[in-house]
Amino acid sequence: MTAVTDTAQPHTALPPTGTVVTAATNPATPGPAIIGTGAVTDLGALTRADIEEFLYHEAALLDAWDLDGWLTLWAAERTRYVVPCNDAPDGNPATDLVLIDDDELRLRMRVERLNSRKAHREYPHSRTNHQIFNVRLGEAADGELPVTASFTVWRFRNGRASYYVGQHHYRLITDDGGVRIRTKRSQLDMTELRPAGDLAIIL
Amino acid sequence: MTLTEEPPTTAPSSTESPLVDEDTAGHRFRVHRSTMTSPEVLRQELRRVFEHSWLYVGHESEVAEPGDYVRRPVGGRNVFMVRGAKSKQVHVFHNTCTHRGAVVCRQKSGNAKVFQCFYHAWTFDSEGNLSGVPDREAYGEGLDFSTLGLRSVARVASYRGFVFASYDPDIVELVDYLAGAAEYLDLIADSAEAGMEIVKGTNEYCISANWKLLAENSVDGYHALPTHDTYFKYLVARGLVFSGSLDGRAKNLGNGHAVIEYLAPWGRPTARWGPDFDEGVRGEIDAARAALVERHGEQRGTRIADSNRNMLIYPNLVINDIMAVTVRTFMPSSPGQMDVTAWQLAAKDEHPAVRQTRLDNFLTFLGPAGFATPDDVEALESCQQGFNSGGVEWNDISRGMDREPKGNDELQMRTFWRRWADQMGDSDFGATVNR
Repeated sequence: MTAVTDTAQPHTALPPTGTVVTAATNPATPGPAIIGTGAVTDLGALTRADIEEFLYHEAALLDAWDLDGWLTLWAAERTRYVVPCNDAPDGNPATDLVLIDDDELRLRMRVERLNSRKAHREYPHSRTNHQIFNVRLGEAADGELPVTASFTVWRFRNGRASYYVGQHHYRLITDDGGVRIRTKRSQLDMTELRPAGDLAIIL
Repeated sequence: MTLTEEPPTTAPSSTESPLVDEDTAGHRFRVHRSTMTSPEVLRQELRRVFEHSWLYVGHESEVAEPGDYVRRPVGGRNVFMVRGAKSKQVHVFHNTCTHRGAVVCRQKSGNAKVFQCFYHAWTFDSEGNLSGVPDREAYGEGLDFSTLGLRSVARVASYRGFVFASYDPDIVELVDYLAGAAEYLDLIADSAEAGMEIVKGTNEYCISANWKLLAENSVDGYHALPTHDTYFKYLVARGLVFSGSLDGRAKNLGNGHAVIEYLAPWGRPTARWGPDFDEGVRGEIDAARAALVERHGEQRGTRIADSNRNMLIYPNLVINDIMAVTVRTFMPSSPGQMDVTAWQLAAKDEHPAVRQTRLDNFLTFLGPAGFATPDDVEALESCQQGFNSGGVEWNDISRGMDREPKGNDELQMRTFWRRWADQMGDSDFGATVNR
C-alpha cells in the first residue's frame, strides 16, 4: 500500500474548512479579491461568483472561529443581524419576539462573549460547518445589494450533532474595503428550534 | 412579612419520600439523583404529577377574538385553546375527532368558524358542538350526536388572563391551587392599565437535562453571578454601574410554588428606567411609573415597578418578571431530555420605543440565543452528565436552612421538592438509596 502523503493535510493556502483552528494558530487568511482590496465599488458589477466567494469566506471565518475577522466583514454603521423565531419567520424585531436582534454593540458583545471562556455553552467551541447554496442576487438599489442564500449549518459538540436549515437575506454594500454586510437576516425553516437545542452559535 | 420554611397550606414538615431527605435539625436537605435519571420516576411523574396538577395552557390575549385558537401540547398531550364565537369563553379541547380520532385542529394558530376533521368531514363549531356529519341519515335514530362534541379537558380555568387546565376532574379550584402565587400574578397583570399581552413569536427549544433542573434553575439566585458573567459585561457596556450581588428574599407560596423577589441594577421596561436604557425612553417609562403609583399607591406601585420576581408555579410553569417578562413551560420527553416553550409578555398599547427596549432586554438575556440562557442550558446539561458519572448519590440543596431565606438561598427548590415528594408518595421506584 502506498504511503499516505501530505495531500491528506488540509490546504493551507485556502481559508480553513471544517477543522477547528484558533485565530492564534491560524492568523487571518487573505480573503478573495473582493474583500479587503477596495477593488470593487460598483455594486451592480458584482457577479454571483463574486458574492459566492464573499459568502464562502464568511463561512470559513465562522467555521474557524475567527470571529474578530468575521466582524470586519460588517459595515461600520446601521448594521443588524436578525434571526426570527421559528414560528414567526416574518417576525419584525421592532414589534415581535425574535431569537437574535443584534445592533452594532450587541454584535460586538456577542463576539466578545463567544471569544471568552465565560460563554459556557460555547466553551469549548462547537465544531461547525456553514454551508451556502442557492445564491441569488437581487437588484441593487440605494447603495445596497439584496442577496438571498440557502444555508445548512452543522454543529457538533460533545458527541451531539445538530443542524440549522434556512435562508439568509443579506443587504450588502461596498466601501473602501470592498464588500460589506449591512444587514443579515437568517430565517430558519425548522418549525421549532428543538432539533438544534439552542442557538448559541452564529449562523 | 414572616418568612418561613413551612408552607402556608398543611403539609408535612419533612417528607416521607426516600428520594427527598430532609433533616431539619441537621440543616440538611438532599434529593436523590435517581429523581433525575430514572425512567421509572418519569413514568410515575407523568401519572402522579402531570395528571393531577393545574398546567399552563396559554394567555387569553393569544385568543383575543371569537374563533381565535392556538394548538399546543399541555402535559404531553396535544390540545387546543379556542375562544367560542357565541359564548366568548375560552375552551381547551382534546385535539381529536370524536368519530375515529384524527386531529381536528391542524394549524398551530389562527381563527376558525369551525374545525372540520378532514378524514370524514365531521365538523365542530368553536364551542365544541358537533355541527356537521356527512350522510347523517345513515345513522340510526338512537345515536345522540349531542354527546359527540369535542371533549373538553377535564378542568379549565383562567386567573387574570393566565389559562390553566387539569386532567384531574377532582382537583381543587385554580385559585386555591395557586395559593400565594396569585398575588404575584396580580403584580404582573396590574403592571399596565391596558393589560398584558403575549408578543408574537415563540421560543421552542430543548435541553438535554431532567425537567426538574429547569424548575430549580429558573428561580435560582445563587447561580446568577458566576454563570452569567458575559451578560453582566454587556450591561456594563450599556452603561450600567454594577457591583455586589442581587439583594432579595425567597418565599414559599404554598403548594410547591415559590418566588424570589429582589432588586437588581438593570432597567425594567414596565416602569423603571435604568442607565442601560436609552435616554429617549426615559420620559415614557417615568410616566408609566407615576401612573402605577397613582393607581396602586406608593408601596404597591413601586413594588410593581422595581422588584424583580422569578416565580415557579408547580410543577412546570415559570413566570419571571425581571429585565422583561417571560412565561416559560417545560415538559420531559425522557428522564434526560425536556422541551421548553417560552413566550414574552408585554404591556398592551405600549409606546413603540418602550416595546423596542423591552424586546431588546428580553433577548439579550433570555431565549436560546441570548447572552445568558444558553449558559443555563449548558449548566443543566452539565449536571445531567455529572449524574451519569455516578459515585455521588445525592444533590444537596440545604443553602439558607438556618436563616431567613435570601434570594440566593435554596428555599425555592426545597419548596418544589416537598410538594413533589408529597405527590410521588413513598415509593423509591427501584432506586438504590443508602440512608
